[in-house]
Amino acid sequence: MLRLESVFIRQDDFSLTMDMSVPAGTRAAVIGPSGAGKSTFLGAIAGFVPVTAGHVIWDGQDMTGQNPSDRPISTLFQDNNLFPHLTAFQNIALGLKPSLRVTATEREQIDQALARVGLSGYGARKPAQLSGGQQSRVALARVLLRAQPLLLLDEPFSALGPALKSEMLTLVSDICAETNATLLMVTHDVGDARAIADKTILVADGHASGPFPTAELLDNPPPALRAYLG
Amino acid sequence: MTRDTARTARLFTLIAGGMVAAWLVVLNFGALGAVAFRAEGFSALRGADWAAVRFTLVQAMLSAGLSVLLAIPIARALARRQFRGRGLLITLMGAPFILPTLVAVLGLLAVFGRSGLINQALEWVGLARFNIFGLHGVVLAHVFYNLPLATRILLQGWAAIPAERFRLAASLGFTPRDTFRQLEAPMLRALLPGAFLVIFLICLTSFSVALTMGGGPRATTVELAIYQAFRFDYDMGRAALLALVQFALCAVAGLIAWRVALPQALGGGMDRAVQRFDTGGAALQIWDNALIACGALFLLIPLAMITLRGLPHVVALPAEVWQAAGRSLVVALGATGVTLAMTLALAHAVLAFRGGAFLEWLGLAALAASPLVIGTGLFLLIQPLANPRDFALLVTMLVNAGMAMPFALRLILPALRDIRAAQGRLADVLGLHGLARLRIVTLPRLRRPLGFAAGLTAALSMGDLGVIMLFAEREGATLPMQLYRLMSAYRQDDAAGAALVLLGTSLALFWVFDQWGRTNAEA
Repeated sequence: MLRLESVFIRQDDFSLTMDMSVPAGTRAAVIGPSGAGKSTFLGAIAGFVPVTAGHVIWDGQDMTGQNPSDRPISTLFQDNNLFPHLTAFQNIALGLKPSLRVTATEREQIDQALARVGLSGYGARKPAQLSGGQQSRVALARVLLRAQPLLLLDEPFSALGPALKSEMLTLVSDICAETNATLLMVTHDVGDARAIADKTILVADGHASGPFPTAELLDNPPPALRAYLG
Repeated sequence: MTRDTARTARLFTLIAGGMVAAWLVVLNFGALGAVAFRAEGFSALRGADWAAVRFTLVQAMLSAGLSVLLAIPIARALARRQFRGRGLLITLMGAPFILPTLVAVLGLLAVFGRSGLINQALEWVGLARFNIFGLHGVVLAHVFYNLPLATRILLQGWAAIPAERFRLAASLGFTPRDTFRQLEAPMLRALLPGAFLVIFLICLTSFSVALTMGGGPRATTVELAIYQAFRFDYDMGRAALLALVQFALCAVAGLIAWRVALPQALGGGMDRAVQRFDTGGAALQIWDNALIACGALFLLIPLAMITLRGLPHVVALPAEVWQAAGRSLVVALGATGVTLAMTLALAHAVLAFRGGAFLEWLGLAALAASPLVIGTGLFLLIQPLANPRDFALLVTMLVNAGMAMPFALRLILPALRDIRAAQGRLADVLGLHGLARLRIVTLPRLRRPLGFAAGLTAALSMGDLGVIMLFAEREGATLPMQLYRLMSAYRQDDAAGAALVLLGTSLALFWVFDQWGRTNAEA
């Protein structure tokens, strides 16, 4: 279970409070108006945004103040999820061995992950030689291989067309099922939330609340959300 | 475990950055301390020394002023004309930066010297020959060096004026004069002080130009006076005192430069073609073309003369020249390695810690440092422990590395900052720290600026004639020093051949490293 215990974040004149429990295995969308702090919310959990007060706890372990790489988390950012000078294979291998010195078994695992996202034989290509959708798949193959219990998505598919995006979301949903991961996914599209997230976290007015059951929340939105949905 | 590697990496950055910083303090200020200690209680400066101070300031003023003033019309002509080979010409204007001073001097002598092209022409029409040595010779050499630099700086200013403004100016019916007043003059007002200061700083520490083009006591810079007090008068006290004077000059100029934003002349973006509508009539066209041609000839003829005169004599060069070339190559490669290692360590530390700005300042401080002052200081520091002559090449290498550091830092630090911004978080979540991060992420992404910085350092170090003159005896000369000996012995043919070897090696070093940086540096 992910527990956010009276977490408070202050950055200049922006502040965000959050206090919630997200049970393990939850797939939650994170929605709210632009600038309300959705990325800050994820950043605090991932360890990029320092927490002013409170605790971020995973499975009883206090992660507050830990390095991002020490947390049991995979993150996909809006962009820059791949190193442009490394091949798809190397980009995935980084998830297993930051030194890139992989053994024969690990090599096999990486090839399997590539196959799992439908990119068999693309391992030697560099990101520039891959389409946007293929780049997302490479990043997802690394997520699959790292098999971290928490997966944070900060709108990594926002540049893809609708069909590709829904394909990626299905893949994410499958990967979460295979690895028993808890998913927190920032999105601007309530359709995404309805499609794969049974729960939704609302970030608005300096406060993160939830998780609420997605369908109920979207059918009867509170005033802050109603203003955003229009 | 990852937590440990992150912490270890940070600690390592701190230690490496701290060591580099400490070394830079020793180099830039510790040497000065040794000098100051030694200078204590010695007699005041002589009249000739004050003349050297005056000459240093006057020639630096004239050189910087003339370079900048002449650069304005040339850059303006280049900015508004499109022609074949324009990009090549602009690239060539970057060449003097890595051109060994003595090679440039020899090239200029071949044109303006006693039996140079111009004097031969004067004699042919029955006019008296003129003497190049003295103030005008020093200024000529400095303008040869810095006019292209100033032109490149100003071209960047022109490139920074949005193309839409020129379009607007055209739609409002601006004449070239209006365009100058409304668009170009404000840009020049902002850029000229910085360009002037950069060149003034470069000329302030002029040693080899004054050594070869100066004319005796009336045309001696402070740097040259330090060398003479050191080598000919064996007067350490006076050398030390002069070193302090030189440091004061550099410090004042450096502080002024610190207040004025110095322009960046090494970057690209100058060959961007902007469509211009204010190209005027045929007269203006002819005027612009003439300006560009004159600028190009002033740059190219001396270089062509070096090549033509040197080529027949390369094969017959004495063995000492080739040995000296080998030594210079070792020094240049060593300096390149040291510079890159120090710059990487310092750049990482600048970004990793609060107060990093101070480290950045320390890395750039060598811009205003004088190699001869540092050399004098190191000589005095080594003297009680060992024979300084035994360390001639090592000291030359280390001082060269320190001198190239500001340029390398200005290339590498911004690139490292960009890598952090774009890929830092990804590397963080993947637990890439320390050496693995350096090997897998940072170095491959830095390849281009690294190659360029390595090329600059190697070429600058290859052609440098400075500290080595304080330290070396007959044995163990570098190629520039050997070339200077040949020149002073009036062995014109050997000098021409050696100059061509020096020119070729410097350019080849730059080319090889820069090319290495360009290949595989995709995305």
